[in-house]
Amino acid sequence: MAKPNGHTASYTLPFEQPVIELEKQIALLEDRDDSRDFAEEIQKLRESRDGILDKIYKNLSPWDIVRVARHAKRPQSADYIQLMCRDFCELHGDRHFGDDPAMITGFGRIGPYKVMIIAHQKGRTTQEKITCHFGCAHPEGYRKALKKMKLAEKFGLPVVSLIDTPGAYPGVKAEERGQAEAIAVNLREMSRLRTPIVCVVIGEGGSGGALGIAVGDRVAMLEYSWYSVISPEGCAAILWKNANERTNSLAANALALTARENLANGLIDDVIREPIGGAHRDIPAITKAIQDWIVDRIRELKRSKPETLVQRRYEKLRRIGAVAWHPPDPGDEPPVDE
Amino acid sequence: MTQVPSRSWTDTPELAPKGKKAVPEGLWIRCTQCAAMLFRKSVENNLWVCPECQHHFRVSARQRIMQLTDPGSFEPFNERMAPVDPLRFVDLRPYTDRLKLAQKRTGQNDGVQTGNAFIKGRKVILACMDFPFLGGSMGSVVGEKITRAIIEAGDHDLPIVIVASSGGARMMESGFSLMQMAKTSAALARFDDQAGLFISVLTDPTTGGVTASFAMLGDVILAEPKALIGFAGPRVIQQTIRQELPEGFQRAEFVLQCGFIDRVVPRSELRSEISRIIDYAGK
Ligand SMILES: [Zn+2]
Repeated sequence: MAKPNGHTASYTLPFEQPVIELEKQIALLEDRDDSRDFAEEIQKLRESRDGILDKIYKNLSPWDIVRVARHAKRPQSADYIQLMCRDFCELHGDRHFGDDPAMITGFGRIGPYKVMIIAHQKGRTTQEKITCHFGCAHPEGYRKALKKMKLAEKFGLPVVSLIDTPGAYPGVKAEERGQAEAIAVNLREMSRLRTPIVCVVIGEGGSGGALGIAVGDRVAMLEYSWYSVISPEGCAAILWKNANERTNSLAANALALTARENLANGLIDDVIREPIGGAHRDIPAITKAIQDWIVDRIRELKRSKPETLVQRRYEKLRRIGAVAWHPPDPGDEPPVDE
Repeated sequence: MTQVPSRSWTDTPELAPKGKKAVPEGLWIRCTQCAAMLFRKSVENNLWVCPECQHHFRVSARQRIMQLTDPGSFEPFNERMAPVDPLRFVDLRPYTDRLKLAQKRTGQNDGVQTGNAFIKGRKVILACMDFPFLGGSMGSVVGEKITRAIIEAGDHDLPIVIVASSGGARMMESGFSLMQMAKTSAALARFDDQAGLFISVLTDPTTGGVTASFAMLGDVILAEPKALIGFAGPRVIQQTIRQELPEGFQRAEFVLQCGFIDRVVPRSELRSEISRIIDYAGK
């Protein structure tokens, strides 16, 4: 798509067609030297654009939401860290093999709290994306995250995890260095880490690669992020034998991957509302929403002793699952032992 | 997470669907590796290992339990625990239809059998995944039964042996399946705190979310010869890197060289290997 007048319309998603014309008009007026004279008109146009966007975003299909989650302008972990953290002190390396750029880790201050941040990073420019493998971490990324989480545990800092990955990297080297082992160990160790862990799925929550840093006391998803056992394309390719627009959309529906569905299924604790038209349209607003959520949750969790946190985290995981008894029998065991 | 298995789960000879005769049902079968014509009974008596080339055929949970445990010692847990369809999942067919068919074919409610058993006189908790049941995929029932088995082992200070055989997390329960990875791993964290012994036995294939959770968390990890063991399936990796995969990639011997399993053990020696590890751990 051509970039009309050098404005951002090239990033407009297909279902945003109805606002393209309005955005062009707004941009033209804003660019004028005498734009101040048009303040009222610009305001009117903005309001009408927001009204249309609001309506569109209220009715997004799950597959549309996946597209928003992958939007080229959607804020990434590095953006949030920069905007949210004072005095971020990045810490590198897994102390075994290397330093995975797809995982950012380090000390930071969020609101009144000193925290340890662990976060997937996708990269914005082509070069960054290649370096970060599009947010697909290698085993050393998961091990780096664990090393820093242990550090947080030692010094009593809460862990803040930002999740944004299509999945763990599927490659020869990743397999040779134990991708499965790295994720498995994180799941086990996060379940018993003696410090608060709060997790936010900010974009894509692709299966085990997401879960590998997403076992926490509180887990939230941004309103237009997705989180599921497999990507819609992966699911469509296997179960529908072919991934295309139609089957991807069917798979996205079937997988219950939206924030609302994950909340309804009891798999996450909160949904963080996004600004009208998605996070990328008002980055300060979404940053504030995430920061408020993190600060509130940490405040709440800090009241509990580490052993209580670990106990409750375990109990929360222990309850997840939907099973029945067949053949049924009166006086049956409950589906899940408490 | 769930990856395409390298072979379909219907190609274990005795479990090929009726009417679709991938392998003749009669007295003779052909080895899928060396193509030798084999007398069915002699393969069965050889623990479903080809006497010519030592190819390890895939076996069901029921057969695995018979092979591993002292005769008549297996006492199942939670046999009536059954799957539900929490997401009303429909792809080309409804999940409920797939479940009914798998239940009919295997005579099991879902893809894992757990219970008490004795192995060479040593009491253990045993869990065997059933590849013929939807590719041994892990949904809520598999995750829940394995978790309960781990807790049971912890409560009675018994060793647990889990025989993995799975294509990964079950897509049709989506997030519920994904969270079984965290649940089983959390149960193993507690079991580890109790100083429990977990022997993980990886068989062909062990991939995806099962490898990336409990299967890779064994105190001792054994694998059958040439078993496919990995996170991503070979096809997915090939699509990513667009080149041929190295010889023997993701096979047990390769994974041993990479440092992620302790021993490659032929099926005929599994009982004695498990027994001596239990003895060394003093459990
Ligand atoms: Zn053979």
